[in-house]
Amino acid sequence: MSSVITAVSAWAIPVMVVLIPLYAAYRKVPVYESFTEGAKEGFDTAIRIIPHLVGMMAAISIFRASGAMDMLVGAVAPLFARLGVPADVLPLALLRPITGAGSLAYTTDLMKTFGPDSFVAQIAATVQGSTDTTLYVLTVYFGAVGIRKAGYALKVGLVSDLIGFFAAVAVCYLVFA
Amino acid sequence: MVNWIWLFFIVAGFVVAAINGRIDAVTEAAFEGAKTGVTVCFGLISVLVFWLGLMRIAEDAGLLKKMSKLLSPFVRFLFPSVPRDHPALGYILSNMSANILGLGNAATPAGIKAMQELQKLNPDKESASAAMSTLLAINTASITLIPTTMIAIKMNFGSKTPTDIVGPTLAATAIALAAAIVLDKWYQRRTPAAPPQPSPPPSPPPPSGDT
Repeated sequence: MSSVITAVSAWAIPVMVVLIPLYAAYRKVPVYESFTEGAKEGFDTAIRIIPHLVGMMAAISIFRASGAMDMLVGAVAPLFARLGVPADVLPLALLRPITGAGSLAYTTDLMKTFGPDSFVAQIAATVQGSTDTTLYVLTVYFGAVGIRKAGYALKVGLVSDLIGFFAAVAVCYLVFA
Repeated sequence: MVNWIWLFFIVAGFVVAAINGRIDAVTEAAFEGAKTGVTVCFGLISVLVFWLGLMRIAEDAGLLKKMSKLLSPFVRFLFPSVPRDHPALGYILSNMSANILGLGNAATPAGIKAMQELQKLNPDKESASAAMSTLLAINTASITLIPTTMIAIKMNFGSKTPTDIVGPTLAATAIALAAAIVLDKWYQRRTPAAPPQPSPPPSPPPPSGDT
């Protein structure tokens, strides 16, 4: 099972990089022009998140340097150690549904502190990729049509975020531990 | 809520630093963190530009439409209350397809359009209908094919194996999606039973959007 997952990781991007332009060329798409047209948006996206990431990284950096992060992690570590979750990724479970930029900043902070290929960083990256900013999506989508009562939608979103979090931890144990 | 979290990080950091006698570290940490934020964003540019370029090729080649076709039986299972030829289904399909392809900026407009169409079918304009909740659940747990941003950040910090999270992300996201669907269906079946009628509902399904 873990070798399958490793193989998917190694092959997914090269296969897409070759197959998509090849198929597009077969469909008579001007591939290079298409590429540059879409690529323009990438720059805007990266620039647009600078204020969010700077703000959050500064706040998290203060929180960590002061020793407050150690206190928080120390307080919840015993509980999470029983479930096999490294305490350092716990704040991510709380941040993820609330703030996309915040959880991105926290994951970046973990990569910087522990190294990008550390077990903690792998879990954080997997959590980041497999869950979403539920509260933001709910606000945007329901806000756009004037829904005030979200009913059970919020519960479903948050519980599946939590399941995604534990699934990410479990899969990382399977593949990286 | 983000406002409060942000404020909490800074105030708690300040207070603990003062107690620990590390107040000099606060200034340094703030600017160090800000610097990392900018560095990371600039590192993201190369990967985001490349990936969105590739994804535009996919879109122009009609892969978004192909994906929609592939997903359509699945969507009919998820949204039984939406009539077959309703425009909402089209938007739902392109929203899901764009999410799978990682086209975040194409997914959101399609998602909002889908919500607007679902709102037309919704008897109570203030409360989310069952179909709306399903769309939300699918979105928050949607399948990620390639976690582009995470790969980019790993590369930024000199990872030896930046793409090794692709498989785990795909597996974890599939589990989250399955859980979201099961939960959504479970709540949907439970909700119409709210009036004092403990007997199981008869075979004709209750009117949709009856939340």
